[in-house]
Amino acid sequence: MQATPQKPVSSLGKFVVWFGELTTPSRLYRRGLWFLLPAVVWILALLVIPGLALVALSFAERGQYGNVLWHWNLENYSRLLGYGIFGWSPDTIFILLRSIWVAFVTTLICVVLAYPLAFFIATRPARTRYLWLALVIIPFWTNLVIRTYAWQMLLSPEFPFAKVAHALGIIPADGALYPSAFAVYIGMITAFLPFVVMPLFSSVERLDWSLVEAAQDLYSNRVRTFFQGIWPQTLPGLTVGIILTFIPAMGMFVIPDLLGGAKYLLVGNLIQQQFYSSRDYPYGAAVSLGLMILTLFGLAIYRRRGQGVELV
Amino acid sequence: MHRLNPFVSAVALATLVFLYLPMLAIAILSFNRTRYGLQWNGFTTDWYTRLFQNTEILEAARNTLVLAVVSTVVATVLGTLLAIALERYPWGQRSRGWLDNLLYLPVVTPDIILAVALVVAFGALRAVSSTFEPGLLTMILGHVTFQIAFVALTVRSRLQSLGRDLDEAARDLYADYGYFVRRVLLPLLTPGIVAGAMLAFTLSLDDFVISFFTAGPTSQTLPLLIYASVRRGVTPEIHALSTLIFLATVLLVLASERLTRR
Repeated sequence: MQATPQKPVSSLGKFVVWFGELTTPSRLYRRGLWFLLPAVVWILALLVIPGLALVALSFAERGQYGNVLWHWNLENYSRLLGYGIFGWSPDTIFILLRSIWVAFVTTLICVVLAYPLAFFIATRPARTRYLWLALVIIPFWTNLVIRTYAWQMLLSPEFPFAKVAHALGIIPADGALYPSAFAVYIGMITAFLPFVVMPLFSSVERLDWSLVEAAQDLYSNRVRTFFQGIWPQTLPGLTVGIILTFIPAMGMFVIPDLLGGAKYLLVGNLIQQQFYSSRDYPYGAAVSLGLMILTLFGLAIYRRRGQGVELV
Repeated sequence: MHRLNPFVSAVALATLVFLYLPMLAIAILSFNRTRYGLQWNGFTTDWYTRLFQNTEILEAARNTLVLAVVSTVVATVLGTLLAIALERYPWGQRSRGWLDNLLYLPVVTPDIILAVALVVAFGALRAVSSTFEPGLLTMILGHVTFQIAFVALTVRSRLQSLGRDLDEAARDLYADYGYFVRRVLLPLLTPGIVAGAMLAFTLSLDDFVISFFTAGPTSQTLPLLIYASVRRGVTPEIHALSTLIFLATVLLVLASERLTRR
C-alpha cells in the first residue's frame, strides 16, 4: 500500500496543487464531503445511532404490553447476571459462558481441520489449485439455513449417523441426534471451516519451503518441523481465520436455533427471544450489549496479535 | 512440488466430503418420490415442476431478487463514493481514524446486533412515518447498511493498488474533474466495483438474520421461506428449491472466480 499524503502539496497563495489539480483547500474538502457523506450518514443513522439507542434502552424497563417504560435502572443487567424475581439462578450466565465455550471449541476444531485442507489445496498443481479452493468457497456461500436443515435431516433417525449412535448405545432406537450439543458443534464446524481455510490457504501458499527443508536436513522431527518451521509462517492467515470464526460464532443464532433447540440455547437465541416472542426490548438490549462487549474484547486481542493483517 | 503425507491428504479429502454431505443429501432427496418422511421410494422430477407452480415460492424468489438487486445497486454507489472519499482526499490523521472505525463497524458487528439495532431504528422511524412498516423497504435499508462497508473495502483496495500517477497525469493534461471521473477513474476502478458489487449481491442473497428481523408479512424471501418450512416440516419441494439455490451458488462462485482471477 502506498502512503497517501496527508496534506495538499505546494502552496501557491491560497491555492494548492493536489495531484495535478489546481484548487483551494476549501473546495477540495467540500467535494470530498459530497463523496463521504451519503455513506457516513447512512451508517450513522442505521447503525451507530440505533446502537447508542440500544445502550439507553438497556437501562429502561419493559411495560406490561411489551412497550418501553423509561424508568432508569440496572435491573436488566442484574438479570443478565442471574438475579431474577426468584433469587439467583445461573441460567443466563450459563448461556453466556456456553456461547464463549461453543465459539472456542468450534474455532479449535476448525483450525485443526483447516491445516490439512489448506496444505492439500496449496500443494495441488497450479492449474487445478483454484478449482480446489472453489470447492471450499462454494459451501461457504451456500445459504446457511439450507446447510443447517440439511444437518437436521442427516442426524434424523432414518440416516446412518443415528443408526451408528444407536448401535453404540448413545441414543435410544428411533432417536435423533438433534437437538443436541453435538448437532450444534457439527453445524458450527461445517459453517465456519471455510472461514479458517481461506485465509490460512493464502498464508500457506506463500510459505517459504526452504525453512521446512532446512529443518528436515537438520534431523528435526515432524512435530518440531511443524511448530518451528511451518506454524510461525502461517500465523497471519491463522489469526484472521480465528477472528472470522470466533466472533461470529459467539453471536450465531440460526444453528443453535435449528440444531440445539431449547436444550442448547446460545446468546443469539436469548436476544432473538427478547425481540421476537417475549417482546422485552430493554432486556434484549442489555443482552446485545453483553455480546457486543465480548466481540470488542475479542477484536482487541486481535488488534494486539494480528497487526497489519487486513480483515477483508 | 512438495509431497504431502498421505494421511494429511486423506484428512483433507474427508473434510471436503464432510462439507458437501449436507448438500448431497438434499440433492438426492429432491428426487425422492416420498411426500412425507425420508424413505427412498423411487426417482421423480415432480418436485421441480411443482416448484414452478407454487406461487408462494415464486413470490419469495421475486422478493429475494428485488431485495438483492436494489440493495446492491444502492450499496455499490454509496460504497464506491466512500472508498474514493477515503482514499483520495486529504483528511486529517484523526478523522481518518474515526472514518476507518466507522467503516469496520458494520463488518465486525455480529449480524444479530445489527438486526436488533435496525428493529429499534425502524421502531422509532415508524412513529414518524408509516413508510417504515416492516417490508421490502426496511429490508433494503438494512441490507445496504452492511453491504456498504464490504463494497467500500473492496473498491478501496483497488484504489490503493492503482496509485495516483494516472490521476495526476490526467489532471496535468487539463482533464476537468467530470471528464477525469468518467474517462479515467471509473474505467480503472471497474474491476474493483464489480467485485464489490458481486460480494454485496451474494451477501444479500445469503442473509437470513437481518431479513428475519426486518421482514414484514408480504416480503418473505427464500431463506425466510425455507426457515419457516423447516419449522412447519419440510416438503420435498423445499429440497428441490434448495438444490436449485445451491446450483445457482456454484455458478456465482465460479463466475466471480473467473472475473477476479483474470
